[in-house]
Amino acid sequence: MGLCVGADMSMKWEKTPFKSDLARARGLGSAQSGTEHWIAQRLTAIASLILLVWAVSSLVCLIGTGTDYGSVVEWITHPVRATLLILLVVATFYHAVLGAQVVVEDYIHNEALKIAKLWSQKLFFIAIGFASIFSILKIAL
Amino acid sequence: MASTKQEDKRPLSPHLQIYKPQMTTVMSIFHRLTGIALALGTIMVTWFFLAVAMGPESYATFRDFAVHPIGQFMLFGWSAALFYHMFNGIRHFFWDMGYLFKIKNAYRAGAVVLLVTVIVTGALWAYVWGLI
Repeated sequence: MGLCVGADMSMKWEKTPFKSDLARARGLGSAQSGTEHWIAQRLTAIASLILLVWAVSSLVCLIGTGTDYGSVVEWITHPVRATLLILLVVATFYHAVLGAQVVVEDYIHNEALKIAKLWSQKLFFIAIGFASIFSILKIAL
Repeated sequence: MASTKQEDKRPLSPHLQIYKPQMTTVMSIFHRLTGIALALGTIMVTWFFLAVAMGPESYATFRDFAVHPIGQFMLFGWSAALFYHMFNGIRHFFWDMGYLFKIKNAYRAGAVVLLVTVIVTGALWAYVWGLI
C-alpha cells in the first residue's frame, strides 16, 4: 500500500497540472531553463571573483615592473599565467553573456528585436572571446 | 466604454519615478549599470590581447590610448565598476544564502560595499599614478 501512494500521486499530478488548458495550448510561459541560467550566473561569478583577485594583483605587479612590450609578452607567456588568463576570459565573458541576456529579456519586449539582440550579442561575445583566447595562445606558444 | 472608465479608476502600481531613491534600490540599479559597462569593457580586454599578439607596433597604439587621459578615464571608470560589481556581487551571494535580509543589515552591507570600492579603487590608482 505504502508503495502505491507514490504512484497514485504521480498520476494525479499528470492529470491536474497547475497550468490551465489555454496556457498549455499557447505553449508560452516557463522555458524550463531558468535554474540552469541562475546557477551558471553564480558559478561564473565565483570563478571570475577568484581569477580577478589574482589578475588584478598580478597586473599591479606588472605595472610595477613596467608595461613595455617585452615585459607584457613575458607576463602573458608564463604557462600558469596564460592558463589563468584564458580561464579568466572564459569565466568573465560567459558571465557577461548571461548578464546581458537578462538585461535584454527585461527591457526589450518586441519579440523579433529581442531574439536578434540576444543572438547578436551572444555571437559577439563568442567572437571576441575566441579572439582573446587565440591571442593569448599565440603570445604564449 | 463603461469598462474603460472602470479601468481608469483602478489603482496603478506606482511607477519608478514616484519612489524616493533608497540606497538599496540605487545600488541595485548600479549593479546592473556597472555590469553593462563591464560587458562593454571586454572589448578593451580583447583589444589588449590582440594588440600584444599582433606585435610591438599595435601594442604601442594600444598603450598610447591606455595612457592618454581619455583612456585613463575609461580605465579608471572600468576599475571602479569592476570593484563595485565584485563587492556588491559578494553582497548578493549573502542574500542567495539567506543572510543580510534585515533592512538594517542590507544597508550596512551596502555601506561596506561602497566604502571598500572607494578604498580599493583609490589605492589601485594611487599606486598606478605613483602616489604611493
